Amino acid sequence: MDVSTLTICEAASGLRAKAFSSVELTGAVLDAIEKRDAELNAYLSVDAEGALRQAAGADAARAAGADGDLLGVPVAIKDLINVEGQPCTCASKQLLGYVSPYDATVSAKLRRAGAIFAGRTNMDEFAMGSSTEASAFKVTRNPHDLSRVPGGSSGGSAAAVAGGEAIAALGTDTGGSIRQPASFCGCVGLKPSYGRVSRYGVTAYASSLDQVGPMTRTVEDAAVLLQQLAGCDARDGTTLDLPVPDYRAALRGGLKGLKIGLPKEYYIDGADREVMACVRRAVDACAAAGAEIVEVSLPHTEYAIAVYYIVATAEASANLARFDGVRYGHRAANPRSVFELYAKSRAEGLGTEVKRRIILGTYVLSSGYYEAYYGRAQKVRTLVRKDYAEAFKTCDVLMTPVAPTAAYRIGEACDDPLKMYLGDIFTVPANLAGICGISVPCGATAAGLPVGLQLLGPAFGEGTILRAAYAYEQEVRA
Amino acid sequence: MSKYLITIGLETHVQLKTNTKMFCGCGIAVLDREPNTNVCPVCLGYPGALPVMNREAVKLTVMSGLMLGCEINHVSTFDRKNYFYPDMSKDYQITQQAKPLCQGGGVTIQTPAGPKRVRINHIHLEEDAAKINHYARFSGVDFNRCGTPLMEIVSEPDLSSPDEAMAYLLALKQILVYAGVSDCNLEEGNLRCDVNISVRPEGQAQLGTRAEIKNMNTFKGIYAALEYEIARQLATVARGGVIVQETRRWEPDLGETQSMRSKENAHDYRYLPEPDLVPVALAPEQVAAWRAALPEMPAARRERMMAEYGIPEYDAGVLADARENADFFEAAARLCGQGKTVSNWFMTEIMRLLSETGKTITECPLTPAALAELVVLVDTRVINGPTAKELLPELFREGGMPDALVRARGLGQVSDTSALEGFVEQALAANAKSVEDFRAGKKAAAGFLVGQVMKLSKGKADPQLVGKLVAEKLAGLA
Repeated sequence: MDVSTLTICEAASGLRAKAFSSVELTGAVLDAIEKRDAELNAYLSVDAEGALRQAAGADAARAAGADGDLLGVPVAIKDLINVEGQPCTCASKQLLGYVSPYDATVSAKLRRAGAIFAGRTNMDEFAMGSSTEASAFKVTRNPHDLSRVPGGSSGGSAAAVAGGEAIAALGTDTGGSIRQPASFCGCVGLKPSYGRVSRYGVTAYASSLDQVGPMTRTVEDAAVLLQQLAGCDARDGTTLDLPVPDYRAALRGGLKGLKIGLPKEYYIDGADREVMACVRRAVDACAAAGAEIVEVSLPHTEYAIAVYYIVATAEASANLARFDGVRYGHRAANPRSVFELYAKSRAEGLGTEVKRRIILGTYVLSSGYYEAYYGRAQKVRTLVRKDYAEAFKTCDVLMTPVAPTAAYRIGEACDDPLKMYLGDIFTVPANLAGICGISVPCGATAAGLPVGLQLLGPAFGEGTILRAAYAYEQEVRA
Repeated sequence: MSKYLITIGLETHVQLKTNTKMFCGCGIAVLDREPNTNVCPVCLGYPGALPVMNREAVKLTVMSGLMLGCEINHVSTFDRKNYFYPDMSKDYQITQQAKPLCQGGGVTIQTPAGPKRVRINHIHLEEDAAKINHYARFSGVDFNRCGTPLMEIVSEPDLSSPDEAMAYLLALKQILVYAGVSDCNLEEGNLRCDVNISVRPEGQAQLGTRAEIKNMNTFKGIYAALEYEIARQLATVARGGVIVQETRRWEPDLGETQSMRSKENAHDYRYLPEPDLVPVALAPEQVAAWRAALPEMPAARRERMMAEYGIPEYDAGVLADARENADFFEAAARLCGQGKTVSNWFMTEIMRLLSETGKTITECPLTPAALAELVVLVDTRVINGPTAKELLPELFREGGMPDALVRARGLGQVSDTSALEGFVEQALAANAKSVEDFRAGKKAAAGFLVGQVMKLSKGKADPQLVGKLVAEKLAGLA
């Protein structure tokens, strides 16, 4: 069985038709990992035994009459989402050896749906980065060009899906960490609206920005996976108690009558010409297919990166304080005092980019600086949110590039953090505003590097962006 | 030396009487539990765990605020207070800094100069820290208590002596226990105090530099610490020294306060709005319903009980002082309809038994129904007073109903004239000397003869009837 192009929907049909069993399917995925991962480095750990045991259980359940789109389908999990009994290193030496004592809500939901947890994917340490080079353990390679990065921070999930090592995966998106690697690797990645999917059990980077979302081969698969993830959770007070629509049903609406907004601040000089050409072609094709194109403005876009690196790092400085070596994770040997225990454990356990962001976040919250940085950033964040609210009065979705470039070479952006931060300019504002977005492949550069098209929708407008992305994928792109 | 004024402000931490911890489903740990057996990923600060608001803790805090005359903030927020210490699992404490639940209000205390109003600055809700146990070669952290709801009542610096501080704490304790908000059990650490103290020369408007003394949990300790600290500050200024702003620790074994850290080394807590908790919004109707459900306060209850049961002011005051005593008294009084008699029993026999056993009325098996029945048994002359007095300690210790005991043991008093007449004859025959005395005009001899009859009846005779029969008999002999 070739799992390298199989979708969730195809796998579910195959399982229903008894063309193959979940044990066979899971075995094929494990084989693919075995064969390719030495090259790609998409996974940090693989639980073959546990996955096959789960698969046997899924087969038994199906034989007993159970059914479901994910029953018996392996899903790769980004290594910051807790799955009981599995490691959850967050790609950090700090959590090497830690075993999750509990399931995240998304893990519990997938478990109930019968999904198989085959392995855990690489990422930038604690989701801080845009290339997966900030993993403490390995550098994941882009399946389309092994000399290039897969994007990040959910680079392992993107590479696994694009490289044929996973049928689908979960990622998290704090400032573009699902959409940008999906764009770099040529798969579909959806960041749900803030409050749509529970964060319980998802190691926090920036609590007011983080969301878990699907990374898949098709838009339909993204809808199927999101269906399982979405919903209010009593364990996460920031989830909203709003009905979860039937996302698969929402796919079929077409582009006719849809108003697509082009924010002029996203179509700027400085972005890669080939990337912009792909995006422009996609926009034109959508117009030709019946969508109405309108120009809109998001005037505070230029401040988004600055606001993001204040808000995210401030929250991170508190969120990551718990990694102190006292209760779990790395503990320095022979400390002479409790404060030396903290200092040494964290100095040894945490990587450079993580330390950089903790220091930045600690600084902006310090006495005397709070108002100048954090207070002001929150005010500008409100303006960014208002920009989108205003824009969605005149259009249904926004269509933009995902990132200003295609995948860059490994090591190319490492020595210039600021340059790498600016690569998030088109994705970060959506997190600040709490709206939803999806990245869908829209062509490639001359060198064969994938380019993603970003569709942004209003908060809880996942149905709309899925509809537009599906129509583009099925009718226009072809 | 000029006269100095003393200024004291108190921060009182009160453990709320909830079933579960502040942000997770763990129960409230009892003291002797094995360390770290009352914990979960949330209160241990595991990666990905999120807090969930305990609505009951919010309710109890708002009720306290209402009783103390505070303004209730209808939208209240939580903040992270960042500091590294092993007693805080997340290395930040979730507390309320910017917008606490209650603001303003106060407590009236009695002083030798008359009643005095002590203003409250605010009341906020937070989570308790873990307990650190120090051993010979290592320290251990017990997280059983970590995350227990704590309400912090912050007074204005309105107190001017240790006696006033005691009066304030006792008044606070009475109100909180009355409302069922907390047990305020000092032995179990339900009530702990930080105090701020300063001294200044009479005539100086500006307060002197203050020292803060942390974490005392006995009234005796608070009093002694205040006395020591006032003396220390007065001695310092008397010899021309300067009080430095600092945090001090009370060492009960040494009977002195010691410097912990100076202002220069004070923590920068880097407060940050808690992104994991949405603001607590309280509908005005909700607050109104809680206000309507507030219990009657001691002074009002004393007045009402005097009027309703016709009991003396002193009795009513003593009973109203402790809610459980007043509740017990009222329940029994309503059952038997004889408030005055119930009050007599309570004020004498029951109070004696309570002080002998060191228990509270709710801790002993005696029920209001049993006391009411005892009163009725005496009133209907089924038993006499002395028998009732003998039964009470047993009911107090063992429980049960007096009527059943009276029947089982045949303790009912003898009111049958024919049965008693035999005893009267017997007594008179055996005590000819007393009969003689009576005839000679020594009327007291009749009392002796009644006593003899009671003795013959083994205490069960109706004393009134015996008196009447003896009198008749003696009159007949005359």
